[in-house]
Amino acid sequence: MAAPRGDGEQVTWSERGGALVFALRGRLDATTMGGIWRVVRRELDRAGAERVAVEGADVEYCDGAGAALIARLERVYGDRFELRSFPDDLRPMLEIYSSEGIAEIPRRAPRPFFERLGRISVDVAQDLRTQVSFTGELLVGILGAIVHPRRIRWRTVLSTAERAGVDALPIVALVGFLLGLILAFQSAMPMRQFGAQIYVADLLGVSLIRELGPLMTAILVAGRTGSAFAAEIGTMRVNEEVDALETMGLDPVRFLAVPRVLAAITMTPLLSCFCILAGLVGGALVMLSLGFPLVMYVDRIFRFVGVVPFLAGMLKAAVFALIIAGVGCQRGLRTGHGAAAVGTSTTSAVVSGIVLVAVADAVFAVVLYALDI
Amino acid sequence: MRSTSDADSAQDVIIRVRDMTAEFDGIKILDSITFDVMRGEVFGILGGSGSGKSTLLKHMIGLYVPAEGSVVVDGDEVVRADLETRRRIIAKIGVMYQSGALFGSLTLLENVRLALEVYTDLPSDAMDWLARLKLKLVGLDAFLDHYPAEISGGMKKRAAIARAMALDPQILFLDEPSAGLDPITSADFDALVRSLAESLGITFVIVTHELASVFAIADRVIMLGKRAKGILAEGTPEELRDQTENDWVRRFFRREATQENEPDSTVATPRRTEKR
Repeated sequence: MAAPRGDGEQVTWSERGGALVFALRGRLDATTMGGIWRVVRRELDRAGAERVAVEGADVEYCDGAGAALIARLERVYGDRFELRSFPDDLRPMLEIYSSEGIAEIPRRAPRPFFERLGRISVDVAQDLRTQVSFTGELLVGILGAIVHPRRIRWRTVLSTAERAGVDALPIVALVGFLLGLILAFQSAMPMRQFGAQIYVADLLGVSLIRELGPLMTAILVAGRTGSAFAAEIGTMRVNEEVDALETMGLDPVRFLAVPRVLAAITMTPLLSCFCILAGLVGGALVMLSLGFPLVMYVDRIFRFVGVVPFLAGMLKAAVFALIIAGVGCQRGLRTGHGAAAVGTSTTSAVVSGIVLVAVADAVFAVVLYALDI
Repeated sequence: MRSTSDADSAQDVIIRVRDMTAEFDGIKILDSITFDVMRGEVFGILGGSGSGKSTLLKHMIGLYVPAEGSVVVDGDEVVRADLETRRRIIAKIGVMYQSGALFGSLTLLENVRLALEVYTDLPSDAMDWLARLKLKLVGLDAFLDHYPAEISGGMKKRAAIARAMALDPQILFLDEPSAGLDPITSADFDALVRSLAESLGITFVIVTHELASVFAIADRVIMLGKRAKGILAEGTPEELRDQTENDWVRRFFRREATQENEPDSTVATPRRTEKR
């Protein structure tokens, strides 16, 4: 019989009659068990013992972490494990944490390649289907709103319009102003070589009103409002509020999406106006600093920018708003379970919103060119 | 802290609440309440809807700061505790929230393991094993690789209990533990609470209005009243049922309907036609 060896504190071990005996003492809790667990495993690996025993006469306290070690040994060694002594008042703890009948760790077999491919295809097809049906429901809802204005929750529309429109004004104006300033300055420098600085006014007017004003506004709205719609409706979905609406016989698309989309469609062209105005003010600042009188700048802008391109820009802004708000609401309604799903929906709302806006902008460019506007 | 058998520890106060006032936006929810929780007992906080049970619980664990008064947990003042005291308190308590509040991006096993990873130096496989045993304790060992979204509401609650117990806390706070559990699971859970309280001397503070559960497990209860903004009665469940002078407490225990005076059960909800 070998003399017991140990770490000098809480665990000693010795081999007696073919069994490796661990004597535990002191407090066996989550803070001390890390060391004990490692010692026990190391010695078991080294000795390769047939049988294992634990003596716990000097254990003062044992909680779940301590009981887990004994349960583990019991589990691994079965009949070859023996608990020789343990304080009676701590034994209930071992019973509570007994591993008897514990379920095996379930293993989910990885799905074969073709099954995964099939599932992805089905998911994509279903996604497409829900998008198409959502678009249909949304358009019907909006047309219904025009035909029966009383059915719409105008207070929701107004409060959403305030958040999506009025509250967005400072950021839209700031970005527009800086855009005009930068555009004017960057184009004025090369044009100076040809003495064509005065055409900066034309350039600014045309690009801001036809293209950049609506586009920049749309990107800001996608980041500010599209994401908010997705997060708001997504959280409602997670909290089962959307289910509640459905069981109350209220159509979530008409009830949640239509007011938001209407608010966005009315607000985005207005925001776009302010973006253009702020951009022109920024450009004016550059032109003044280059020594052109303000009246000349304003005159050129009014001469080269007609009402039709302006209206085309506003139409673009409204269509962008429809896309962004629609995608935001659709992603929100499609949200899965849990907090992470809301994050996924929000991200997807912004990314898809901006991509679709870019695609729509390209379509507009071709159509407006064909119409010679 | 081995068991509550000896007279000394039975007298030992583990949570001391003194003159605590809870306010939200200047509206008093609880007005200057005082009580003690003894070490090793199962302490029930009873009361009707809106009487401030959960609010009281959140003040006791330091999530909310009381407007006045003090809360001492095992010798440490919870109110405005510094970082180190806060850590010490956190290691001693486990909390199960009303809805479970499991982390949706983690499996059940990982939910239970999380605290072990942060607070212990156990080897990784030991953490897994310990987390499995904790889940077995609540009957969820077969679901350890499931995500919270994949299990039922009652199971979530049980998993949350397993998570609260990850570090074998001295005090477990349970917010409405039996709500959403079927009677059998609920009774199993009551037995678990009693056995943990008796074998380990874990102190339980349980917010509930489940009367069967209160009689089965609670050593002592306090009853909160909405109108009184404080404690209506204090004692063993039997004392409250049989000896109380307070009309409303008696009715609560007899499950009598009320028509007139008690505001707890006739909460007026302002009608809001607009949903923001």
